[in-house]
Amino acid sequence: MTTPPRMDRRTALKWVLAASAAMALDPQFARGQGAKPAAKGYGTDPDLMRHYKPGELWPLTFTDAQRRTAAALCDVIIPADSESPAASAVGVVDFLDEWVSAPYPEQVEDRDIVLPGLAWIDAEAVKRFGKSFDGLGEAQTTAICDDICHTAEAKPEFKPAARFFATFRDLTAGGFYTTPPGRQDLRYVGNVPLATFDGPPPEVLKQAGLI
Amino acid sequence: MALILPGQLKEKYDVIVVGSGAGGGQTAYTLTLEGVNVLMLEAGRNYVPETETPMFETADQAPLRGAGTPDKPFGFYDSTIDGGWTVPGEPYTSASNERGRKFEWWRARMLGGRTNHWGRYSFRNGPYDFKPRRRDGLGFDWPMDYADLAPYYDKVEMLIGVYGDNDGLENTPDSSPGVLLPPPKPRVSDLLFRKYAGGLGIPVVAAHRAVLSKRLDFDRRPAKLHPGNPTAQRLVREAMEGRAACFWATDCGRGCAIRATYQSTTVHLPPAMASGNLDLVTNAMAREVTTGEDGKATGVTFIDKTTGREHHAAGRVVVLAASSGETVRLMLNSKSARFPQGLANSSGLVGKYLMDTVGASFSGQIPALENLPPHNEDGAGGAHVYAPWWLYHEAAKLGFARGYHIEYGGGRRLPGMGTASGLEWLTGGSYGKKFKEDARRYYGSFVGFAGRGEMIPNEDSFCDLDPVVKDKWGIPVVRFHWQWSEHETRQAAHMQQTFAAILTAMGGRMKNKPQPDGAKAIANGGVIIHEVGGAIMGDDPAKSVTNQWSQTWDVKNLFLTDGTTFPSNADKNPTLTIMAQAWRAADRIVAELKKLNL
Repeated sequence: MTTPPRMDRRTALKWVLAASAAMALDPQFARGQGAKPAAKGYGTDPDLMRHYKPGELWPLTFTDAQRRTAAALCDVIIPADSESPAASAVGVVDFLDEWVSAPYPEQVEDRDIVLPGLAWIDAEAVKRFGKSFDGLGEAQTTAICDDICHTAEAKPEFKPAARFFATFRDLTAGGFYTTPPGRQDLRYVGNVPLATFDGPPPEVLKQAGLI
Repeated sequence: MALILPGQLKEKYDVIVVGSGAGGGQTAYTLTLEGVNVLMLEAGRNYVPETETPMFETADQAPLRGAGTPDKPFGFYDSTIDGGWTVPGEPYTSASNERGRKFEWWRARMLGGRTNHWGRYSFRNGPYDFKPRRRDGLGFDWPMDYADLAPYYDKVEMLIGVYGDNDGLENTPDSSPGVLLPPPKPRVSDLLFRKYAGGLGIPVVAAHRAVLSKRLDFDRRPAKLHPGNPTAQRLVREAMEGRAACFWATDCGRGCAIRATYQSTTVHLPPAMASGNLDLVTNAMAREVTTGEDGKATGVTFIDKTTGREHHAAGRVVVLAASSGETVRLMLNSKSARFPQGLANSSGLVGKYLMDTVGASFSGQIPALENLPPHNEDGAGGAHVYAPWWLYHEAAKLGFARGYHIEYGGGRRLPGMGTASGLEWLTGGSYGKKFKEDARRYYGSFVGFAGRGEMIPNEDSFCDLDPVVKDKWGIPVVRFHWQWSEHETRQAAHMQQTFAAILTAMGGRMKNKPQPDGAKAIANGGVIIHEVGGAIMGDDPAKSVTNQWSQTWDVKNLFLTDGTTFPSNADKNPTLTIMAQAWRAADRIVAELKKLNL
């Protein structure tokens, strides 16, 4: 498509500071960061009946280090519980990589948030605890994430990180709840042919205060 | 019939139809079943819903979890092919890029056009809608009454299959007995809407949508549709037998492989093709309607997009049904010494009075819908209920003329990228196990309202040819000019206020406050994808482009059977009226051909 929109200058400057710190720590990061998103998408007449996998349509971006950080963070957001597995266990990291590697404007915009964001959170882990993010214990990840999980209430110095966290959480949730275990977790029971549509059962009407 | 290549064109056709959507499909259907020899030209590729529709595919099987992109703006699984807000190599321009003055144009370059993905809303215009000027002095009256079109509404509904109830509401016509199919039961969110909007005096009734809630009665309907025509009855029966009833799964916007919804490709074209009277050329980009020395249309020049070569098809009658923008473009590009302003444009009105629908939307979250027991709410792949306009007697108090209906949706839909996103305003930023609990709690508890209202035609909303820009075949492109009046912007503000009131009555929470400034609430022109007008019909050749049979005043063998002829754009979605008008116009063509008047 056309030239993707760039993030505004002020946001970019804030990220540069965080990202440069991270790049100094991990030489692999620089290579990942430098890779440009693909130039071409799937076009206006893609095969809708084929099932696609991340990496098939355009090359992926994440370095090993970025993958580790992304996996750790998406599992902090969606960990395993009694209902469903953790996000990284159902392919969400591959999906995140597909997303930030895509050529479309919205994804390019998210790429400019996610890649520097991963660098920032890793650098923050090192700064606070002397370890990369994927090596932190629960108390330590909580200490960082509590500072950035709510955009409206984040302290000024954490605002860009909070915007990153909000984006990353939305993408992780989108990636997760569209998988079979994710749909099951939400108790979605549709997408199957039925002979009749019977409307809501009585227990639903009762709970909604309609009977 | 045949899907043919340009080299296989017959020497001459009775009728050439440009466009294969609701208007072109209906025209070709009616003509071919009456034995008329038709050539249809479609600018996009052939499309076969039975084999190309991703019925049960889920977001995790699509690129980017099915999210919309500039290549597929309504999502990966939307049926639109080679279309959307832009088409590579086929630009259009807007005279202004200012918000509110910009026009956005949705096209679908595929057999069946936009009927493949549309919302299937099928509302009749009411008696007031044909005489709006008589009621309030604004805009234009139609050169016909509701009674003239009512039999055609019945026929179209019987053919395509529309679910809904006869509610006897003002200016919201009932269908004849036995025509409508039973509507699906309301979802729980629908019932809350009905209860609380009803408490505010807003009627919520069954939506009318072109979805087969049961199979069509193929023993009886064909005889009612085509009395005295056994061949048509047999072909229509076979086509109806080939359509399954809805199996209450998958979104209609994907199209329908079992042909349970109306698409031109599932309803109009199969019997037309089976008749043996239809030749179809796809990838055929019409450039110009040619005319003879007697001033009559002689055929259509088109580009074969696969070779770039130009061809000419000859016909006794030419029908344009390419959508307002394309039909106007073709007419203005068909200039000759005899028609220096473009074809059939002695009134100077070709391109004028372009209209779209007034659109504004609002959404919120309903605590009563949280944590509901799991149940299947897929339903008919779209809305089950809606609210028709209810304030016909309040126009003086409202500060705007005409009205709008409310389209509404909620429920536990197939999860997509948006399902658990943007929850921060409700969760306070939860993550971890708490986030998973929140996602479960809020899933299915969101509802959305979309107002769809009437725009009054005005002098500043029109299209002409861009003086500079051409498409990749060198054909001048259409340029849009747009301006809302206060009737529309005030209506959009009223929508916002109404939706917030309903949401509040439902006990709902809103992330954003309603937008009090209608100019900010209203969607850009074209965005609702209901563009009509541009060559309006009327009684007076000096003030209109066609007569009531969509026949141009200047060129008697040229007909326009898409929405281009609409002199007004009622809040009712235009597709059903396009089809009823097209059927009526096609009946006229058949009669006039028999009388050798064309």
